Amino acid sequence: MREITLSQAVNEALAEEMRRDPTTFIIGEDVAEAGTPFKVLSGLVEEFGTARVIDTPISEPGFMGLAVGAAMTGARPIVDLMFGDFLFLIMDQLCNQAAKIHYMSGGKLNVPLVLRTNMGATRRSAAQHSQSLQALVAHIPGLKVAMPSSAYEAKGLLKTAIRDNNPVVIFEDKLMYQDKAPVPEEEYLIPFGVANVKREGRDITLIATSSMVQVAEKAAVMLAKEGIEAEVIDPRTIVPLDEKTLVDSVRKTSRAIVIDEGHQSYGVTAEIASRLNAAAFYHLDAPVLRMGAMDVPIPFSPVLEDVTVPTPEAVADNARRLCSGEMIHAA
Amino acid sequence: MAEQKTNSEDYLRMYRQMVRIRTFEDNANQLYLSAKMPGLTHMYSGEEAVAVGICEALTDDDRITSTHRGHGHCVAKGADFRRMFCELLGKEEGYCRGKGGSMHIADQSHGNLGANAIVGGSMGIATGSALRAKLLGQDDVTVCFFGDGATAQGLLYEVMNMAALWKLPVIYACENNGYSEYTRTEEIAAGEITARAEAFGIEAFKVDGQDVLAVNALTQKLVARARRGEGPFFIELETYRYHGHHVGDINREYYRSKDEERSWKQDRDPIVRFRGWLVEQGVATEEEIEAMNAEIEKDASDAVAYAEAAKYPDMSEVDMHVYAD
Repeated sequence: MREITLSQAVNEALAEEMRRDPTTFIIGEDVAEAGTPFKVLSGLVEEFGTARVIDTPISEPGFMGLAVGAAMTGARPIVDLMFGDFLFLIMDQLCNQAAKIHYMSGGKLNVPLVLRTNMGATRRSAAQHSQSLQALVAHIPGLKVAMPSSAYEAKGLLKTAIRDNNPVVIFEDKLMYQDKAPVPEEEYLIPFGVANVKREGRDITLIATSSMVQVAEKAAVMLAKEGIEAEVIDPRTIVPLDEKTLVDSVRKTSRAIVIDEGHQSYGVTAEIASRLNAAAFYHLDAPVLRMGAMDVPIPFSPVLEDVTVPTPEAVADNARRLCSGEMIHAA
Repeated sequence: MAEQKTNSEDYLRMYRQMVRIRTFEDNANQLYLSAKMPGLTHMYSGEEAVAVGICEALTDDDRITSTHRGHGHCVAKGADFRRMFCELLGKEEGYCRGKGGSMHIADQSHGNLGANAIVGGSMGIATGSALRAKLLGQDDVTVCFFGDGATAQGLLYEVMNMAALWKLPVIYACENNGYSEYTRTEEIAAGEITARAEAFGIEAFKVDGQDVLAVNALTQKLVARARRGEGPFFIELETYRYHGHHVGDINREYYRSKDEERSWKQDRDPIVRFRGWLVEQGVATEEEIEAMNAEIEKDASDAVAYAEAAKYPDMSEVDMHVYAD
């Protein structure tokens, strides 16, 4: 199968869906001729024109609000939010408006919009361009949240998101835009709420999102050499969450680490770990461990930044401790 | 497209709609005072000529976005008393099945995209609706209602900038009732409000918001121009809020005097003024107007009784409509 980058996969998904549905359009900063700073959208304005690939002023709440209104009245906007950190700028439009309109109207109004944004540290971009804020939006009922872990997921999940009748937030890891993966030429969609078992194992379950899937897979390779068979699972969407696949795996392995690049406290890992504890308590041989970004603003200096996010070595180390029974005594 | 109002039927409908709003609000206030309504609500009384003058220039395909003080817009855009009172009381037959309440009534069948409990929260939505119209080649116009208090929100300037750049068919209708919640507008707004729109090259107008014919005549012109792609436009409507910020804001002399309230009610009431004009012009007799008022009173009290007796939503609805299918 051919291999394409995550960036190309996103671009293909957008082009295919925009050809399919004339009510779709892209809106955001420098999305047209510039194709975004990451060049993810290059070429789309040539095909669809500036009427459907709309460059906006630097007014995040403004263009987010426009997207909500357009979505409520029959269009399918695809919003490009240049950095995930800018979510804080659009919170009212996303969380008070988009997320609640279907419910507040008793189901009469729909808000079918996609908000594409990014996440991920270690790009030396410091505290306001490096955050992974998926927990923030996953907390709000009415929003769906997808976290693609490769080019394959990025394309299939985005196409599903564009056809969904709800506001969907997709977090793409900005460090993975140039990562290649096999992506079929023929059309496919990836349903929401269906986790992907990336690697099977009997000893421990590593549940990881987005960039952390690669980290977990590398840890699993290290562990395999030592005779520890780790199962790696990618939930793909955190809202809705495929709880059954995660719980079934943990009931089998009896141990789990949940890894997500958001800050560890009050985050995605806490939610998933809590659900595993509730649903698989008697199957667990050790506490469910959580690994997220350190609870510090992301620092600029490379030597400082690199220690804030989970690494394969750290995941493997925690897995060894869980499998050796050390954590039981520690608890 | 609605035609210029030049005949008796249209005048009478405008009068009727204004009285319907006032009557609705009087009943809503009573529901609050008699502790029959959950929560609070914000009265539109005194501002009727604004909503009616504007909405009578629109068709059902034209959209509006409304505010926390939204009952007037909702009635003016064609909503039904029963379903509105049911919503205010949290009943299943309400416009939002009781999930929205006073501050979130939406009536999609008449193009009302909903009231909004965030001050200025719907400015993006209205402008986005206009962007959709342009993108999909549809000829409807969207009116964004908001108060003078909302002019302090930055979102307004972001979306007016885009609306002006892209010539979107949207009309920003600023209902200046003199008060930003419990604070005089002159204390929160520097300079002229219309100058803010003009800074973006948007044609801005100031109109007496207590004169339904003046509001309607201006809106007719602007809606027609917006449909031809000459938008956006901005209207500042000078009006007055008879009640407090909400129904519970009873003792308000610390921010405005009873004399001021009395003067607006006695000298500039939009319904009294228009009624006098209708009689003077021979459009209707006092008797005909009294009969109309009585009929509206009865409609409202019947609707309140209906809503009081209506059933609440089933408990199973609590987690319905979080996500659309």
